[in-house]
Amino acid sequence: MGILDSLALGFETAFTPVNLLFCLIGVTLGTAVGVLPGIGPTATMALLLPITFGFDPATSLIMLAGIYYGAQYGGSTTAILINLPGESSAAVTAIDGHEMAKQGRAGKALATAALGSFFAGSVATLFVALLATPLSRLALNFGPAELASLILLGLIASITLASGSTLKALAMIVLGLLLGTVGQDIATGTPRFTFGQRELFDGLDFVSLAVGLFGVAEILRNLEGSMVRSVMVKKVQDLWLTRDDFRRIRMPVLRGTALGSGLGVLPGAGHVLASFISYSTEKRVAKDPQEFGRGAIQGVAGPESANNAAAQTSFIPLLTLGLPANAVMALLIGALLIQGIVPGPNVINEEPGLFWGLIVSFWIGNLFLVLLNLPLIGLWVKMLAIPYRWLFPAIIGFAAIGTFSINLNAFDVYAIAFFAVLGYGLIKLGCEPAPLLLGFVLGPLLEEYVRRALTISQGDATVFLTRPLSLTLLVLAVVAFVVAVLPAVRRKREVVFVEEDDGPHPPHPPHPPQPAQAGPRDGASRP
Amino acid sequence: MRQGHSYDATARPRPGRTRPVIGLAAAALTLAACGGGGGGGEDAAASYPDGDITFVVPFSAGGPTDTVTRLIAEPMSEELGQPVVVQNVEGAGGTIAAGQVASAEPDGYTVLMHHIGMSTAPSLYSDLPYAPLEDFETVGLVTEVPMTIVARNDLGPTTLEELVTYVQENQDTVTIANAGVGAASQLCGLLFQQATDTTLTEVAYEGTGPALTDLVGGQVDIMCDQTTNTTGQIQSGEITGYAVTTPERVASLPDLPTTEEAGLPDLQVGVWHGLYVPAETPDGIVEELTAALQVALTDQNVIDQLAELGATPSPESDATPEAHTEQLSSQIDLWQPIIEEAGVSAD
Repeated sequence: MGILDSLALGFETAFTPVNLLFCLIGVTLGTAVGVLPGIGPTATMALLLPITFGFDPATSLIMLAGIYYGAQYGGSTTAILINLPGESSAAVTAIDGHEMAKQGRAGKALATAALGSFFAGSVATLFVALLATPLSRLALNFGPAELASLILLGLIASITLASGSTLKALAMIVLGLLLGTVGQDIATGTPRFTFGQRELFDGLDFVSLAVGLFGVAEILRNLEGSMVRSVMVKKVQDLWLTRDDFRRIRMPVLRGTALGSGLGVLPGAGHVLASFISYSTEKRVAKDPQEFGRGAIQGVAGPESANNAAAQTSFIPLLTLGLPANAVMALLIGALLIQGIVPGPNVINEEPGLFWGLIVSFWIGNLFLVLLNLPLIGLWVKMLAIPYRWLFPAIIGFAAIGTFSINLNAFDVYAIAFFAVLGYGLIKLGCEPAPLLLGFVLGPLLEEYVRRALTISQGDATVFLTRPLSLTLLVLAVVAFVVAVLPAVRRKREVVFVEEDDGPHPPHPPHPPQPAQAGPRDGASRP
Repeated sequence: MRQGHSYDATARPRPGRTRPVIGLAAAALTLAACGGGGGGGEDAAASYPDGDITFVVPFSAGGPTDTVTRLIAEPMSEELGQPVVVQNVEGAGGTIAAGQVASAEPDGYTVLMHHIGMSTAPSLYSDLPYAPLEDFETVGLVTEVPMTIVARNDLGPTTLEELVTYVQENQDTVTIANAGVGAASQLCGLLFQQATDTTLTEVAYEGTGPALTDLVGGQVDIMCDQTTNTTGQIQSGEITGYAVTTPERVASLPDLPTTEEAGLPDLQVGVWHGLYVPAETPDGIVEELTAALQVALTDQNVIDQLAELGATPSPESDATPEAHTEQLSSQIDLWQPIIEEAGVSAD
C-alpha cells in the first residue's frame, strides 16, 4: 500500500463524525488537565481508559492520544501565567515564559507557545507518517550506554538553563540528582533516603517538587514585599505577535521541531530531554544570550516546539513495534489489549485503519488545539488581573488538590510545603530551580542507564567509549561543557564587580522589577 | 498513582469535559463510604451489597493485572447489582495496596486483586505490614497468565534445548532481563536459572516495556515474561520465543512447546491472579463475592478477552476460597527458598 493510499485510509478513518468528535473531546480534556496544576495526562487517561472499552479501537486511541498531546499543549499555560509547571518540559517554558508574563507580555508568550506547538505538531506528524518504521529501527540502536551518554549531554547542556552563576547552576543540578535518588533502587530493591516512609519508596513526586519549588516559592517571595504585583503586570499589552516577533521565533521553532522530532523517538529519555536541549541550543545561538531568563521569546518558542514535536514522535516506537516509550504509551498498550488488539509490529499491517487513522488524527487534533487555544489567550491573560489576595490562595488550593488527586495521598501535599520552603531559600541564595528540576528528572535515568550498561558489559567501563554512538555523544558532552564553562571563567572578573550591586542576574530578582527593567524589546513591541 | 473508575451496569459513565473531576469525586466518595460504613456482622452480610464496591489494583492502569481486573469488574458488577470502582494503588511491588486493604473494614466493600506477588512479598520484604495468609480472606482464583521464554533474534539457538546448552556454556556473558525486584519476569528468571543450573547476569528494568525494547534492540540476551507482553513481538518475529511455562500450549502461540515438552519440566510458572478481602469479613459476604466471580468467569467476553492475552479463566473449582488459599500457601512455600537462595530482597 502506497503512502497516499495509506493516508487516504487514514483520512477516511479520522474524518468520521464520531472520531472527529472524540478527537476534539480528547484535546479539549488534555488542554484542561494541562492547565490544572497536578492532574496530568497519565492520570486523566487512566481515569478515562475504562469508558473507551465500548468504543471502536481507533476512536479509543484517537481520544486517549488527544489527551496526551493536548496536555503537552495546555501545560505551558500555567507555567507562563503563574509559574506552575505541571511537568518537566513546562518547567523550561516557565523560565522565560513567566518572565514575559511579568513584563506584561503573557499574551505573546501564550501565542508563541500555541503557534510553535501547532507547527511542530504538524511537522512531527508528517515525520511519523513518512518515517515511522525506519526511525524506530534507528532508535533501537540506542542501548543503555548510548542513553547514558545522551543524558550526560543533556545534564551538561542544562547548565545554560541558569542565567546566573555557573557554579550555582552546577550545585543545583547536583542537588537535583541527590533528590532523584530517593526511593527504592530498581536493581536491588534497597530503599534509599526513605526514612522508613513507604510513600517514599517510589521516590519523590515530580509534581510536588515542581509546584513547591516554582509556584509556591514564587508566591512566598511575592508576599515578602508590599502587595505590589510583580507577577502581574501593570498593563497587559497586545496579545498578538508583531512582525519582529515572528522573525525572532522562526528559527527557534524550526530547530525545536527538528530536535524534538528526533529525540522523541528515543526510548525513555528522549522526550524529557527535548525541551531542555532546545532551550540550551537557543541560548547558545542567540545574539543576546543575556536576555534568556529575563523574558526571551525564543526561550518559549524553541522548547515548546520541541516538546510538542517529541510528544508526537514518541508514538513511533508504540505504533511500529508495540514498545512503550513512557508511562502514557504503556497505558495505550493497555487500551489496545482490552480491545483485543495485541500491540506489536503487526498492527500496522493488520489494523491499517487504526494506524493511519491515528496519525491523521494527530494533525486534526493539532488544528483543533490551535483553534481552541488562540481565542482563549485573551481570557487567560485576564486571569492575571485577579487580585493577589484571591489569586494566591486559589493557586495554592488548586495545586494542593491537583497534587493530592494523583495519589490521593496527603504526603504529596506536605511535600509541596517542604519544597516551597526549600525553593524560597534557594531564591534568597540566588539559586535557580530549573537546573535542580532537570537533575531530579534525569538523575535517576542516568544512574539506571549507567548501571545497566555496566551490568551488560560485565563491568567493563570502556563500553561508553567503544560504542561509536555513545562515544560521539560523550564528545559532544565534553564540547558542551567547555563551551558552557569557558565564558563563565572569562567573565568572572567583570561579574565580581557587578555582584557588589545586584548579583549575577538571578531570574527572580529579590524585588519586584521596576517598569524600567522590563527588557529592551518590550518598548519596541508596543503598538 | 491511584485512580478510581466506576463500573455501573445501569448508568454507564459518559465522556465529557468534567469527567476526571467526577471520577475523582466518585473515588473520594467511595473511599469515604468504605471508611465510614463499618461492618455490623451478620446484618451487614444480609444486606450486602448495598453500595459501591472498590476493587483495589496494586499496579498501574493499563497493565496486565489492571486489564484482568477491569475485565471481570463489569460482569461482577452486574451480578452483584452494584457499581464496582477499580482503583489503582501503585507502589512498593504491590505491598502498599495490600497493606491498605488488609487494614480496611472487613465489610466486603474493599476488595484486593493481586497476583503471584502476594506469595512472594513475605520473602522479599522483611517488614511487611501484613501477613498474606492471616490478614486476608481469599475469594477465589481468577486466571493464570502463562509466561514465555524469549531471546533476542540473533542469539543463535533455535530450540529451548539449544538455548539451555548455550546458556550453560556461556554463563559468564549471558544477560537476562527483568522488570525489577519481585516482578513476575524476575521470578521466572530465577526459576530458569535454577532449572538450568546457571547463574546469569540479571539486568533490571523499570517495567516490562523498556526491558522488551532492549531485547528487541538486541541489547540484552534473554527474558521470561508474560504472554500479555511478549505475544505481539513473538508473532511478528521481533524476538524468538522458545517455550511457554504452563502445562498446556497457548492458543495464540500454537508453535511454542511447553517447557515440559521441550525438556525443562521443572520450569512451571504462571502469573496467577486472585481476589482478597480483609480477614474477619463475614462468610456470607465472601460467598456473595465468590459466586459473582464464578459467574463473571463464564462470561463469553471475559473468556474471549483473556484468550487474547493468552490466558484462560480459572475453572469453577479453582475460583473458590479453598483452592485459592491452597494455591497461596503452596506458592509461599515454593518461592521462599528460591528467593532466599538467590539473595533477593526488596528492602
